[in-house]
Amino acid sequence: MKYTELFTLKKLTACVAVVAMVSFATMPVVHAASKEKKEKLEKPNLKFGFIKLTDMAPLAIAYEKGFFKDEGLNVELEAQANWKVVLDRVVSGELDGSHMLAPAPLGASIGFGTKADIVTAFSMGANGNAITVSNDIWKQMKPNIPVKDGVIEHPIKADALKPVVDLYKSQGKPFNMAMTFPVGSHNFKLRYWLAGGGIAPGYYAPPQDTSGQVDAAVLLSVTPPPQMPATLEAGTIFGFCVGEPWNQQAVAKGVGVPVITDDEMWKDIPEKVFGVNKAWAEKNPKTHIAVLKALIRASMWLDEDNNKNRAEAVKILSQSKYVGADEKVIANSMTGTFEYEKGDKRSLPDFNTFFRNNASYPYYSGAVWYLTQMRRWGQINEYKDDAWYLDTAKKVYHPDIYMVAANALIAAKKAKAEDFPAKTETGFKPEQKFFIDGIAFDSTKPNDYLAKFPIGLKGKQVVAGGKVTGE
Amino acid sequence: MNNKLIKFFNLAGLTWFVPIVKICAGDNPTQQIRQMWLIMGVPIVAFVIFLALWSASASQINTSLGAIPGPSAVWHEFIGLVDEHTAERQKEREFYQQQAEENKEALAEDPNAELNTFAYTGKSTYLDQILTSLYTVFTGFILATLFAVPLGILCGMSETFRTALNPLIQIFKPVSPLAWLPIVTLTVSALYQTGEDSWFEKSFLTSAITVTLCSLWPTLINTAVGVSSIDKDLVNVGKVLRLNWSTQIRKIILPSALPFIFTGMRLSLGVGWMVLIAAEMLAQNPGLGKFVWDEFQNGSSQSLGRIMVAVFTIGIIGFILDRIMQTLQNLFSFGKPQ
Repeated sequence: MKYTELFTLKKLTACVAVVAMVSFATMPVVHAASKEKKEKLEKPNLKFGFIKLTDMAPLAIAYEKGFFKDEGLNVELEAQANWKVVLDRVVSGELDGSHMLAPAPLGASIGFGTKADIVTAFSMGANGNAITVSNDIWKQMKPNIPVKDGVIEHPIKADALKPVVDLYKSQGKPFNMAMTFPVGSHNFKLRYWLAGGGIAPGYYAPPQDTSGQVDAAVLLSVTPPPQMPATLEAGTIFGFCVGEPWNQQAVAKGVGVPVITDDEMWKDIPEKVFGVNKAWAEKNPKTHIAVLKALIRASMWLDEDNNKNRAEAVKILSQSKYVGADEKVIANSMTGTFEYEKGDKRSLPDFNTFFRNNASYPYYSGAVWYLTQMRRWGQINEYKDDAWYLDTAKKVYHPDIYMVAANALIAAKKAKAEDFPAKTETGFKPEQKFFIDGIAFDSTKPNDYLAKFPIGLKGKQVVAGGKVTGE
Repeated sequence: MNNKLIKFFNLAGLTWFVPIVKICAGDNPTQQIRQMWLIMGVPIVAFVIFLALWSASASQINTSLGAIPGPSAVWHEFIGLVDEHTAERQKEREFYQQQAEENKEALAEDPNAELNTFAYTGKSTYLDQILTSLYTVFTGFILATLFAVPLGILCGMSETFRTALNPLIQIFKPVSPLAWLPIVTLTVSALYQTGEDSWFEKSFLTSAITVTLCSLWPTLINTAVGVSSIDKDLVNVGKVLRLNWSTQIRKIILPSALPFIFTGMRLSLGVGWMVLIAAEMLAQNPGLGKFVWDEFQNGSSQSLGRIMVAVFTIGIIGFILDRIMQTLQNLFSFGKPQ
């Protein structure tokens, strides 16, 4: 008994010592940055990638508003073809960093798809996605949706879609929907919504089966975001989950109807991150901090004074080198409103947040949530203990580096301390309850969380030979 | 004088001007005007009819990005792209000016200050993209020629060599650039390490090599045919004179095979230009292909018009390249136009 006590005490002192050392080590950096403006950076010429989606905004704003330049960086932004290209180019070093799907670095770390060490210290924003179905499916869904005072009640649950999917199944017709990347936020959000309404989205069984369609009532496949409206119109898919402006584009072109936005599914759901190669981050620590400072300032600018700057941001984003969609379409979701059925425009101020509610802080809990979803659908096809989830999150997400940049900004009086998480922040949000299916999420107990889902792998279950086996 | 001019115009592919020269020389005006109508008037009328049909039918087709743009909308987009180019150049000048001023200030404060020598990182404009595409296609094409001509000569000279290579040529010739691209991309990323001061971007190498792989074959095959069909008497004369190997190639084989080689090169450049656009779309190498892809992804109301501008640019440049190669081909075929 005494020995164990002694041991834990020893461990505790060690922990304290390490924490103290780290903070001492980072302090001089912070101090120097505030005192001496032009510090020599390891690599001032940088090339960042992005996908044409409105949540790349922090990159565009940091460039256009001169925040990168203020940090002594000369940055080139380049649009990329798809998320696979983004990941491969960050791995190969063609890109110094990129706009990435929040779970993509986690997927790379566990080796689903490309195996690589990507880290992130900046969340590019929360929410910003929606699920859209084709006009035809919407017509069939509509009778199942509750109406209040003659207005359709939101959020719409997948329960309304279930009879339609069942009808297709009884007729022997496949029901296809699209997302953007297997280890992408859209995949997990679409799956979450479907499963919440009792519709099975199918399991993965790596390494043999990476199609994610084992035991599926709805067949999900990958389509690049910009092609979503066209594919929906062509009738190849009946619905999709994607970021903006593509849902509003579908409304504007009259090819589909958004049924739910992701912040109605779970408030402040982490969405995109700024990912860099781990080796790059270790080789260029000062440059990394400088980039983060510029990005934090850009996200602050985007959310400043109740979205005051959003109109200007929309103008910048609509340039053909950035998102390039029509201003009107981008404005629909960026300026606090969202149009569901044509003409049904509702106020949704938090549809896409960049800074408020700590949207730019890379919470470990967000990473853990994505890891649980990877486990739930078989991308992680074996039992892992709770500690594994937390360790993996800590390996990839780095709020510690984020806070170094934030403290540098506070010291330089470019930001206020109260805008950032308090010093006591652990990176794990307390239990969150605002999910559409009412299942609460405690990020420190991933296995308990998984056990609560009616559909999905739990405990020691695995997918093998085309079906779920194990207890 | 007149005859020389006419010969020049014929060689340069500018046959439109031949009747004018002849009229100036007083050569049967009615016949020349008839000739002019045939070679100038008819194509112009056909083009005008095409424009009219296009403008009438375009507005009937509604896509999810709006109606297909007509000729005037496309022209409008073209002007817009040129304006964007000038605006971007202006921004670039301002950037360098500002950097120079900042450096001056820094020097005034501290003579040993580190100066910024950043390159401008604005977007590449439409005209920049055209230049990048041309640069890439010529790099790929020249590489292809360097491989294909010597190989072709070997194939033409040696029956054994030809039989050995034939299956390989037949298998690889019909392969589409899209099939090569992933392999080339991965190979380039594995073998070529880029740093701060590397000569080429990886994406540039990828597209150039893909162009090489696809445009190799016409030159190779034509050279082989050209070399193997040299008049046997010539070869025998070479043998009688006991010319050594390299003199044989320089004095006999190359001159007689040149017309064939240029025909092959003309075909190769045409193939290369077509392949390049597809490769750029996928490899995301800056260039016309990426421009088309980016505009498709933008999905704004201007996108279709801009893509149409790119279609015409690609067509017109392809046409000009072909004319240049045809002129070269005529020049080297010593009075036997192909």
